[in-house]
Amino acid sequence: MNNLIVYCEIEDGIIADVSLELLTKGRSLANQLNCKLEALVIGSNLDGVEKQVFPYGVDTVYTVDDPRLYPYTSIPHTSVLVNLFKEQKPQVCLMGATSIGRDLGPRVSSSLHSGLTADCTSLEIGPHEDKKNNKTYENLLYQIRPAFGGNIVATIVNPECRPQMATVREGVMKKEVYDPNYKGEVVKLDPKKYVADTDFVVEVIDRQMEKSKANIKGASIIVAGGYGMGSKENFDMLFDLAATLGAEVGASRAAVDAGFAEHDRQIGQTGVTVRPKLYIACGISGQIQHIAGMQDSSIIISINSDPNAPINTIADYVITGTVEEVVPKLIKYYKKNSK
Amino acid sequence: MSLKIVVLAKQVPDTRNVGKDAMKEDGTINRAALPAIFNPEDLNALEQALQLKEQNPGSTITLLTMGPPRAAEIIREGLFRGADGGIVLTDRAFAGADTLATSYALSCAVRKIKDFDIILGGRQAIDGDTAQVGPQVAEKLGIPQVTYAEQILKIENGKATVKRRLERGVETVVVPLPAVITVNGSADECRPRNAKLIQRYKYAKTPSEKQGLSEECLKLYEERPALNLYEWSVNDVDADLDQVGLAGSPTKVKAVQNVVFQAKESKQLTAADSEIEELVKELIANHTIG
Ligand SMILES: Cc1cc2nc3c(=O)[nH]c(=O)nc-3n(C[C@H](O)[C@H](O)[C@H](O)COP(=O)(O)OP(=O)(O)OC[C@H]3O[C@@H](n4cnc5c(N)ncnc54)[C@H](O)[C@@H]3O)c2cc1C
Ligand SMILES: Nc1ncnc2c1ncn2[C@@H]1O[C@H](COP(=O)(O)O)[C@@H](O)[C@H]1O
Repeated sequence: MNNLIVYCEIEDGIIADVSLELLTKGRSLANQLNCKLEALVIGSNLDGVEKQVFPYGVDTVYTVDDPRLYPYTSIPHTSVLVNLFKEQKPQVCLMGATSIGRDLGPRVSSSLHSGLTADCTSLEIGPHEDKKNNKTYENLLYQIRPAFGGNIVATIVNPECRPQMATVREGVMKKEVYDPNYKGEVVKLDPKKYVADTDFVVEVIDRQMEKSKANIKGASIIVAGGYGMGSKENFDMLFDLAATLGAEVGASRAAVDAGFAEHDRQIGQTGVTVRPKLYIACGISGQIQHIAGMQDSSIIISINSDPNAPINTIADYVITGTVEEVVPKLIKYYKKNSK
Repeated sequence: MSLKIVVLAKQVPDTRNVGKDAMKEDGTINRAALPAIFNPEDLNALEQALQLKEQNPGSTITLLTMGPPRAAEIIREGLFRGADGGIVLTDRAFAGADTLATSYALSCAVRKIKDFDIILGGRQAIDGDTAQVGPQVAEKLGIPQVTYAEQILKIENGKATVKRRLERGVETVVVPLPAVITVNGSADECRPRNAKLIQRYKYAKTPSEKQGLSEECLKLYEERPALNLYEWSVNDVDADLDQVGLAGSPTKVKAVQNVVFQAKESKQLTAADSEIEELVKELIANHTIG
């Protein structure tokens, strides 16, 4: 009762990274709230899935196993959450801000009339004073998110309704094993009790999923290109620099929108959040939505032809010049000096 | 089969073009400095509606928007592109709504429209970026939803076949109608305004916009009923006052902060060979690279 529950996404038998990141965050929040951390996995062929989540400090894993529950469709998964939450009354529910979480979360929140905050960048626990009704609440979930195109950061609370629901994008929270030997309890729920046959109205007739190619989240050096790279061909220069330094290539949304780079390389508020030890921004102006996803990098180098580009204010090294000129020189002098 | 299509559209401040004057000294948003626009992904939804209308002769498109009276502007935008009519859901009691209170109000309005086959909306609105209203409207109406739609491939036997664009791939689903479908920015762009339709609808107005017009002018609206845009209040849609606006919103904004980034003391370099080589040597020496 009144525990913290994480909805875990599963694809091809593997729990999604974003869910493990939320379990990591969930564990520390549960410690603060002095409650249990629970995981919910809905799908097909789930035997043994608990092994993937226990090391993140999960006390209870609920599984709902039925061939019709994979791949994900909205209404059956909603029914499981709604019925389970009515029974278990969790105080907090977290899910990934993915195409699944952002489809499921609102439907569940509407059904339970519990508030939901999308795309949180930070979650904390704290008190809240409602001055109008002269009421104080202890241990609420602060759901902190950028709003208004990233120009403000808002802290949202749900004082009265439970569960307090929030979605978080992949890469925003850190994934960290809590204890490799941690063991919780497995509770297998009977699908028939949670889902009605009439819930299966939407039929998935075709599905083509790609494995994500880029792993920019885990990279310790990132070479990121923006619209100032000018073309897809010029982006090759960044792949050369990345190969030389052992780095990954990232991109701004303007570069992705222009087709210079794939979508899973996008860094920022609507892409992934990264914290490498070195971030080289090439032809990126540094709009707030981009900075939001890379400001915690240890060292930032900006290469920009405009000495007044906003990104320069948060950079450790500002190189005023064109990418065409500077990037090849970085490659050349690294090769020369690294031996 | 002719379809009754409802498009949910929101008028939003253009957060993509936020200039320096968009934030006031006290850290609040200066809405006056931002132009109000048709939410971009709602235009993608409108385009899907227009294509359905072309493929299914006799179909009609009704735009539904909740907002202040001036939101009638986007209804006209829709008419100029081929929609058939529109409703502005407007009432002081709707103010301060979070996504749940918004979707409750919209679902009440859809219930009042009553006869519909498809509700189309954008994936998300650029002021909040929540993507919650579509699925919540679907839940409140007790009908299925398809989010992240890129293309409605066909409508057959009361079912829609829809291609969805997910972050790591594509999926095709078949959904029975009526349903809510929210459309992604990757879908076809909306066609431009049509000059003939602009001529036809430029005087389309809501009751509050007609206030103060002369008898002479008002006659036009009796002669040409298509120019009447509707305005509905809380009472018109039989909404429960406890569930709309701020009062009906479970989420509360506790605090809002302006985003300020800590400026760093940065080293300034030029593209000169010597400076780049120095930098590389420094980064190798302190083990940042290599
Ligand atoms: C709701 C919302 C969410 C968003 N989410 C994201 C997000 O997640 N990630 C993101 O990145 N953006 C995001 N954006 C977009 C963001 O606002 C900016 O539009 C984007 O980051 C700009 O990308 P850019 O810096 O590459 O392009 P630009 O702003 O066009 O900057 C190009 C830069 O390149 C420089 N330049 C030009 N030519 C050269 C050259 N030859 N050599 C060197 N420098 C050169 C220019 O001086 C300029 O500074 C979002 C926007 C909104 C509204
Ligand atoms: N006030 C509103 N009036 C009409 N439609 C809305 C309104 N708010 C949201 N919507 C619809 O719901 C979608 C998602 O909005 P949001 O959940 O705010 O990101 C939008 O793209 C619109 O189609």
